[in-house]
Amino acid sequence: MTPSVADLRALWPELIVAGAALVIMVWGTFMVQDRQSPLRWATTLALIAALSETLALGADARALFGGMYSRDAAALVLQTIALGGAVMAVWLSGDYVERTRLEAGEFYALVLVAALGTMVMAAGSDLIMIFLGLETLSIPLYVLAAYARDDLRSQEAGMKYFLLGAFSSVFFLYGIALIYGVTGSTSLVRLGAVAASDSIMLRIGIGLLLIGLAFKAAVVPFHAWAPDVYEGAPLPVTAYMSVIAKVGAFAALLRVFPGTLGAQTAQWAGALALLSILTMVLGNFAALLQTNLKRLLAYSSIAHTGFMMIGVAAGTRQGAWGVAFYLFAYTFMTLGAFAVLLMLERRGEEADQITDLTGLASRSPSLAAAMAVCMVSLAGLPPTAGFIAKFYVFAAALDAGQTALAVLGVLASVVSAYFYLRVAYTMFTGEPQGDVSFAGGRWVAAALAVAVIGVLALGVFPAPVTAFVQQLGQALR
Amino acid sequence: MSALIEIIIFSAAAAGALAGGVGVVASAQPVRSALSLLLVLGSLAVMYLLLAAPFVATLQVIIYAGAIVVLFLFVIMLLHARSGEERPSKLRGQRVAAFVLSAAFYAAILAVLRTVRSAPVSTIGSEFGSAQFVGGALFTTYVLPFELASMVLIVGIIAAVVIGRPFVR
Repeated sequence: MTPSVADLRALWPELIVAGAALVIMVWGTFMVQDRQSPLRWATTLALIAALSETLALGADARALFGGMYSRDAAALVLQTIALGGAVMAVWLSGDYVERTRLEAGEFYALVLVAALGTMVMAAGSDLIMIFLGLETLSIPLYVLAAYARDDLRSQEAGMKYFLLGAFSSVFFLYGIALIYGVTGSTSLVRLGAVAASDSIMLRIGIGLLLIGLAFKAAVVPFHAWAPDVYEGAPLPVTAYMSVIAKVGAFAALLRVFPGTLGAQTAQWAGALALLSILTMVLGNFAALLQTNLKRLLAYSSIAHTGFMMIGVAAGTRQGAWGVAFYLFAYTFMTLGAFAVLLMLERRGEEADQITDLTGLASRSPSLAAAMAVCMVSLAGLPPTAGFIAKFYVFAAALDAGQTALAVLGVLASVVSAYFYLRVAYTMFTGEPQGDVSFAGGRWVAAALAVAVIGVLALGVFPAPVTAFVQQLGQALR
Repeated sequence: MSALIEIIIFSAAAAGALAGGVGVVASAQPVRSALSLLLVLGSLAVMYLLLAAPFVATLQVIIYAGAIVVLFLFVIMLLHARSGEERPSKLRGQRVAAFVLSAAFYAAILAVLRTVRSAPVSTIGSEFGSAQFVGGALFTTYVLPFELASMVLIVGIIAAVVIGRPFVR
């Protein structure tokens, strides 16, 4: 079972990202503090090269490296989302990193390695690969959360995320050990073959896998870390983390649940539906009480995890590609909202209070309009990406006969409209805050433009992206 | 004959592991705890040899007994040089909780051993556990996870450097 050169050829995108991370880390140490913009270009180019290579390789159902890895349509779709999100996150980070004088070389290297982790989670077809992908994704995020080392909140965020994340990884690992004990293999194919056997050990193992992934995706009741970590981490890190960890966790959830255990949907759909309901309810209601925008977006990301879980719980192909579409929409609308926050600052600090947005529309109509588009999309109203994404997962739940789940999802969206639109309302009323000024920069503006165009394009012309993500349904099962 | 020798070696190793384990918990001085841990790890290495896993036994000695215990000793000595001998603060009810939990763990192990005895056990080839076998597995079947693990380690190093560096603005 010696791997062939053809297998290595199929690994190009991952090799590009990993190699770029090392080169940029070393290059960064030779750079003068205030002239580090070449690093942004290099990181962007590497990610775009990896993205185009991923698209060029396309979907190929062959098992690589003796069944460890598969560059199938699911990998294609999810890696595209991850790399696209990473490119936008780099654009969002650049000015902030230079403004606050963080070390840029290591920052971009960690961003790239986290992207690599998500790529591996998206394409791994063996539990060992998924676990290593999870760690490759998580460890850079722990460090990035604590990256502003002189800020106590950032230190706290990093420490909390690290400790709880390490616990959740152990749950995941223990799950793999129990599954190995039953199946004698870590391969997902083998797991699917023996899943029909009614073994209590196997069920516990799969449950532990679910806990590990639910932690990364911030599914209630494994969400407690998210608000504190989102609030404490530097703003661009929060933006990146909210997207890349979500893509990785849902990639693995899709591979394990509808992908591998598709024949046993009846046994796990109920549990996932329950998690989804808890997550939607708690995420949306807790968001109502927030005054800090980073915390609000943290609860918003928890709530959206709940909506995405609907698609996983449906257990069908339609549900699976619905989740992929949701991830696309979520990436655009969340990064768009964070881009607006990055365009502002309050006396050199992050402008992270809702009141900081008061009267924004009278000072910068375009910025306020962009934020309003993102908020409308996060609330799930037409004509935006958020509406279509919710429509797809709710439709999948209805087709799978889970009417209650879809109805609760719609009700939760109605609640969410209140706090998202309150943010929009704040911008269009009142007097502007004197101590809030514009910080931005061209890169952030570019990311914001891409995000807003993405949100509107997915909302008005969803057909091309829908066709693209539907391949994922074919790959699973 | 060989079975008898095996039992003798096993008894010696098991006694060493037990004594070391008691030493880790009971010693008042951290240095003694760390050295007792060395005894536990060494005895375990002997057991791995008895189980025909020479490669794991070697790794046990090199990595755990060699690197990790030495690291412990360094940390203890560095900390003590600064703070002097000081008993760590104890949580309330720590001792009781420790006894209850270890008794529960012991009961769980016994229960598992009783049930497993009746279950069928699969066999493995005689070369399993040798350095050659492990190396072969690492560089063929598991080459991709092996390489990815190196990436995880690199990130760990970067993380340590980033977090540990003094902050200059």
